[in-house]
Amino acid sequence: MTQKQIYLDCAATTPTDLTVFKKMQPYFFEQYGNPSTIYSLGEKASQAVENARDQVADFLKCSPNEIYFTGSASESDNWIIYGVINKIWEQENKKPHIIISSIEHKAVIEPARYHEENNLAELTLLPINNDGIIELTELEKAIKNNTRLISIMYANSEIGTIQPIKEIGALIKKINSKRKEKIIFHTDAVQAVNYLDCNVQNLGVDALSLSGHKIYGPKGVGALYIKKGTPIVSLIRGGGQEKDMRSGTENVPGIVGLGEAIKKVRDCKTKFQSIKKLRNKLITGILKDIPNSQFNGSLKNRLPNNAHISFSKAEGESIVMELSQRNIFVSTGSACANNSLIPSHVLTALGLSYEQSHCSIRFTLGRHTTNNDINSVLKVLPGIIKRLRKISGH
Amino acid sequence: MYSKKVIKHFQNPSNMGKMKNPDAMAEVGNLQCGDIMKLYIKVKDNKIKDISFETMGCVAAISTSSMITEMAKGKTLDKAMKISYNDVAEELGKLPPIKMHCADLAVNALQKAIKNYGRTKTKTH
Repeated sequence: MTQKQIYLDCAATTPTDLTVFKKMQPYFFEQYGNPSTIYSLGEKASQAVENARDQVADFLKCSPNEIYFTGSASESDNWIIYGVINKIWEQENKKPHIIISSIEHKAVIEPARYHEENNLAELTLLPINNDGIIELTELEKAIKNNTRLISIMYANSEIGTIQPIKEIGALIKKINSKRKEKIIFHTDAVQAVNYLDCNVQNLGVDALSLSGHKIYGPKGVGALYIKKGTPIVSLIRGGGQEKDMRSGTENVPGIVGLGEAIKKVRDCKTKFQSIKKLRNKLITGILKDIPNSQFNGSLKNRLPNNAHISFSKAEGESIVMELSQRNIFVSTGSACANNSLIPSHVLTALGLSYEQSHCSIRFTLGRHTTNNDINSVLKVLPGIIKRLRKISGH
Repeated sequence: MYSKKVIKHFQNPSNMGKMKNPDAMAEVGNLQCGDIMKLYIKVKDNKIKDISFETMGCVAAISTSSMITEMAKGKTLDKAMKISYNDVAEELGKLPPIKMHCADLAVNALQKAIKNYGRTKTKTH
């Protein structure tokens, strides 16, 4: 008998919702027109793209004109950094300063580093406290006269901690009111969309990145909200799609899927409490049944679906493999699971030791997680950790 | 990512556990890379009579530990010294390129244990 698959890696990706997929389907077959064409087939495709734009704008509470579809949230993140910094060089010919947190996604860290290494920008990485949160006072201290871009991720993909975006937005607004050269405030909200308020007016952000496949939509599509009037150059030049800001024939089915998925997120917000309850059951169960296990990051300021736990003397990749053989899918911050052999920068920033990082597991629950799923994990995990500790001689 | 044989050794490692009164032991690896391997040997007539390991590490680290104990058991010290990381990887079917250092770690552990044995022997004679 094949065992039921238990998927607890929703921060990595989510399955496309069936109703979302059904809305996408016609745009592969009947409605395959290029939105840039003027005959009715193209017009229908164009209408579908604009309908999705309305859906995203409705969710973020902004104007549809401020939504740009991209190929991924990584592209959105790259674009805001490249686009803002290049615009400053183009218009003012001077070197701007970027501030990001030390736990940003690589899609923010790498382009920011690229600009620093090529002498195109100064860069400050803000530390996080023991709870995995940046301190507002640290941010305020880091702001310089030439600071022009601040990018702070809304919720962290590894440890699920939530940054005080609204407070940061208010702080930057106050600082901007006293200076001529404004600071652009961007947030990577990829992990936040499912669970947190993404009203851009409330948050006070100038730009926000999001992704389709983290919200039960398709892979290969993302979006960037850019507040009207934000100085930015385009990332991809060509046929002039997306108001001349992001060329390339629109991924119509993907965009339709993103629109439907984000619409559905609102209807699923009621699941917030039930997911949190299951997540808390998982944490309590593990800490009770497995000695020398440690919960990482703030429990309070955290996504309701994320649990991040270190198991002393049992290596992460080995735990992932053992669980995988029981059809349970989770993720690890262990370096042995990636190419670099260096533990995750997020866990290091959180102050975890090498061992704690290597021996850590991330569980991210989702809409489909059931009480039985959690019971199954709690049933098998103690034995797995015990066996691995026996192999390691502990 | 892993061959069936790697998984087999990971699930049922051979020669696992601490040895009582070993003739020599060695510890290799570090916490930064995440793998720590301890290897114990007993030697008789210049041959590895008994061997066991304790490893804290990834799937590849555990299976290469298990594999190298199987390969070294019964071999003369000279022959055991000649086991290379490629031999271990080949014996396991295949190792992903990024995991070759795990095979290297196992080889280092065995060679260090044999050298440690040589050192204790010179002392007693």
